[in-house]
Amino acid sequence: MDYHSPASFAEASALAANASGITRFLAGGTDVLVQLRSDLVTPDTLIDIKKINGVSDITRNADGSWTLGVAVTGAEMSEHSGLGRDWPGVVEAMDLVGSTQVQGRATLTGNLCNGSPAADSVPAMVAAGVTVMVTGPGGTREVAVEDIPTGPGKTALAKGELISAVNIPARGERGGDAYLRFIPRTEMDIAVVGVGVNLRLDGDTITEARVSLGAVAPTVLLVEDCAKAIVGSALDDAALDALASAASAACNPIDDKRGTIEFRTEVTGVLAKRAAKIAYARAKGEDL
Amino acid sequence: MALDDRKSDFNFVGTRPDRPDGLDKVTGRAKFGADVSAPGMLHGAILRSPHAHARIVRINTAKAEAHQDVKAVITRADFSDKPEFRPGLEGEFWNVLENVMAGEKALYDGHAVAAVAATSALAARDALKLIEVEYEVLPHVTDVDKAMAPDAPVIREGAADYSVPEGMHPNVVRYHESGHGDVEAGFAEADLIVEDSFVTEATHQGYIEPHACMGSLGADGRGELWCTTQGHWYAQKYCAALVGIETAQLRVTASEIGGGFGGKTTVFIEPVALALSRKANRPVKVVMSRSEVFRATGPTASASMDIKIGMKKDGTITAAEGIFRLQGGAFPGAPGDMTAMCAFAPYNLTNVRQVGYDVMANRPKQAAYRAPGAPMGAFAVESVLDELCNQLGLDPVEVRLKNAAYEGTKANYGPTYPRIGLVETLEAAKAHPHYAAPLKPGQGRGISCGFWFNHGGETSVSLALSEDGSAQVMVGTPDIGGSRASMALMAAEVLGIPYENIRVTIADTATLGYNDVSHGSRVTYASGLATIKAARHAIERLCERAAAKWGIPVDAVKWENGCAVPSGPNAGDFDPMPLADITADMGATGGPISGHFEATPEGAGVSFGTHIVDAEVDPETGKTSIIRYTVIQDAGKAIHPDYVEGQYQGGAVQGIGWALNEEYIYGEDGRLQNSIFLDYRIPVASDLPMIDTVIVEVPNPGHPFGVRGVGETGIVPPLAAIANAVSNAAGVRMRQLPMTPPRILAALKDNG
Ligand SMILES: Cc1cc2nc3c(=O)[nH]c(=O)nc-3n(C[C@H](O)[C@H](O)[C@H](O)COP(=O)(O)OP(=O)(O)OC[C@H]3O[C@@H](n4cnc5c(N)ncnc54)[C@H](O)[C@@H]3O)c2cc1C
Repeated sequence: MDYHSPASFAEASALAANASGITRFLAGGTDVLVQLRSDLVTPDTLIDIKKINGVSDITRNADGSWTLGVAVTGAEMSEHSGLGRDWPGVVEAMDLVGSTQVQGRATLTGNLCNGSPAADSVPAMVAAGVTVMVTGPGGTREVAVEDIPTGPGKTALAKGELISAVNIPARGERGGDAYLRFIPRTEMDIAVVGVGVNLRLDGDTITEARVSLGAVAPTVLLVEDCAKAIVGSALDDAALDALASAASAACNPIDDKRGTIEFRTEVTGVLAKRAAKIAYARAKGEDL
Repeated sequence: MALDDRKSDFNFVGTRPDRPDGLDKVTGRAKFGADVSAPGMLHGAILRSPHAHARIVRINTAKAEAHQDVKAVITRADFSDKPEFRPGLEGEFWNVLENVMAGEKALYDGHAVAAVAATSALAARDALKLIEVEYEVLPHVTDVDKAMAPDAPVIREGAADYSVPEGMHPNVVRYHESGHGDVEAGFAEADLIVEDSFVTEATHQGYIEPHACMGSLGADGRGELWCTTQGHWYAQKYCAALVGIETAQLRVTASEIGGGFGGKTTVFIEPVALALSRKANRPVKVVMSRSEVFRATGPTASASMDIKIGMKKDGTITAAEGIFRLQGGAFPGAPGDMTAMCAFAPYNLTNVRQVGYDVMANRPKQAAYRAPGAPMGAFAVESVLDELCNQLGLDPVEVRLKNAAYEGTKANYGPTYPRIGLVETLEAAKAHPHYAAPLKPGQGRGISCGFWFNHGGETSVSLALSEDGSAQVMVGTPDIGGSRASMALMAAEVLGIPYENIRVTIADTATLGYNDVSHGSRVTYASGLATIKAARHAIERLCERAAAKWGIPVDAVKWENGCAVPSGPNAGDFDPMPLADITADMGATGGPISGHFEATPEGAGVSFGTHIVDAEVDPETGKTSIIRYTVIQDAGKAIHPDYVEGQYQGGAVQGIGWALNEEYIYGEDGRLQNSIFLDYRIPVASDLPMIDTVIVEVPNPGHPFGVRGVGETGIVPPLAAIANAVSNAAGVRMRQLPMTPPRILAALKDNG
């Protein structure tokens, strides 16, 4: 195995472009190293991106948007004083990943690029409208998070491409987001269902919404029908029921050791309602 | 043993001193199974079957042998051919050998088929990929009911012993039937009969330390083994037989142990390490991965059970009947007999009949897991009792009290109970504030009783005094639950010297006579009894020396508060002579002073417990939270109450896992799907409420201080108590464990 620790994304991209066999980028390593040790994936080339300048920075831009480096850990996100005020749903989704130890290493980018349909931070990022900068041999482009995963363990990144930054939009006025997952225990488990909701209000009425589902299809889903069900409402019972139905209808899950098709479909609707209520309360300025 | 032999006022027993292994464990100084190494040591790795059931047509090890880092490759041919196949448990040497290394067939996913020793753990792992195994895949079965069905694939012809009735499937290998009275007549007297069926999945003991050992065996047939085990004499006997050497030529040392719960009462990797070592002529260490622990060590049996109980309107049980089918993997040994005997044991029944089946399937060989077999049976029986109480509008504790066994009751499995403490645990439950606490909507309360036999077993203890008056105690039972502290307390009590002046060591197999495994809740009882008697033996020697110094007959000297004293005014007027004054010059007064005791004590004393559980069920997701838990159990006499409470709480915790989320999940292909802790869901700390405990003390007449074992009974009631709480919270009877959210949600939906 070849191990590299490049000083720039251009160098990282070139190393990946020229590598043969299996290549992995090493962010926190909480997927890569676990897979290595359990003999699932032994990379031929391992490119550590943590030595690149600025990868651990959390920056609030002049327009209120945020730029996160690709090595920023879950713990750093939770401990940041401003990020969680703007985007509590994104931060709490990342905070659900693993344990205290895992939090000290795990990153948003790693969670996204590992390609698990159950990745916790991904529905929250999709709901929030997060984009990532993709650097490759041909330069850098901006891609919506929902366009990165293409199937379990698969991403839209081409050979030689890697993510070089994460952009979270400006929160703006009267907005709120939330993420909930279902696990049978209270921590240290993989989402059986995950739901991210992000919305904006005018008065009591929802004017914009994005609802994203995890662990119920081969990739994360951004469900337009869920947004439609609640936009224009004050999240009354009828809107909540419509949201639940739309969420359940969008599910295309599998039966596996973690949950049945019926269970996932049903609980997606339940969690969608609960997450929407939290996002709604947050948009109204309530501290949840 | 006479009751008047029993002490009831104590100076040391019943206190809570610091644990002797505390500092070692919190600083990392404690040496566990994987913590030793030796010069020239190699690392072993084991190749495992990817098939649930397959004939091994051919194994080609040539490429692995040719690898420069590989020093030995072994298959079944490298073990002794002496162990003979026999029916049932008669051929247990053969059964264990067949499990340790497959013979003609791989019998379950994860079954060992070959092993290598190489210069590094990584090289060993990679060298396994060079071994070519040709399999002929056979039909498999993993479910207990399917394994008994006429068309089930046969695991092994001729494995059934004499107990199995004619006409049963060859996978049924042992049969048990017992009871008394006339159940049909009893059912005829009942006002209400409830008949129901229940299933439980296999669960793993989930000890945090994976199996690990280092073995060294020379061409001279002499060997050394270091391993994490609950019983190193067992390991000695079985390893010696499996590699074909004399028992006494193998010295086995038990490491510090990171949990066992019954799962480390047998051998898996130890004979493999020894066989590799003999071939490579170097010491070999083998450490299992978690996945190997799940796939190839011994989980519990899975169970399928039918229960029928008749009750009068006043709560009197008129008859009880149970059929218990237990699947224990591809070998005889599933404790269907234990399940059957324990299930109704808490009750004073006129008419009772129980049947147990031991069934083989393509799964790993089951091993003991705290009160093996009893929790499943209690789940089924106590669920039906709860249903009867609900339907008749009766209080579940009152009904259990009304039917509770007491001294003189003829137990369902035959014997007549001596003094037992079930009624006391039920009275304590009734009086506990938990039982009267109000419940919120969506919450439910569950009650269950539980029983375990407890065990004596071969036991040998030595105690040696030092010149400075301190004492060392050598016991042969690995400390899986704080027994070193309890032994020191009991020795302190008898000798009259401080707890801190006593060091208790788990002696190796070369140092003491045979000791049975640390199982059956036997250690504090049996090693404790032997420690007390060894200390008394040393006191006899001490009194002899004092008598000689004083020039009076030995029967004129007695032992009091750590000193020899004249036994009465007639004996003479001498100041008390402290222990350290006698040991100071013992070399010159007759030599070293030691005490010894060995026996197979028979008075273990059965034990009962009653648990109260409150659960809350989320009706929209089926998720259960355990919000309050109280364990009440008879300890006979709690030697070190912290450890007793720890056993109670641990039983509740493991029971919560077993009841709610833990299970072996097999795919259609017969392969285990959840062989890591991420997917095998044991409870995490945040899943648990504070678990309250009540220690009831009804002394066991069979122990000098009244001890009953407490290690196992604590896991008997939880499955039932939790199932009753969940069923009462959800308003629907849960008949299958684990009660996962999908199962609860489906049950709620079926219920409308
Ligand atoms: C005990 C434990 C518990 C866990 N619990 C959860 C959980 O609850 N929820 C959950 O979602 N996950 C969980 N995980 C999985 C894992 O922690 C997360 O997916 C984590 O976010 C991965 O981040 P990382 O930085 O460690 O990624 P790494 O392991 O470093 O990388 C993961 C993948 O991302 C790729 N990658 C990394 N950086 C880049 C980049 N800049 N550009 C392109 N590709 C890149 C790598 O090539 C690799 O394929 C758990 C893991 C463990 C060990």
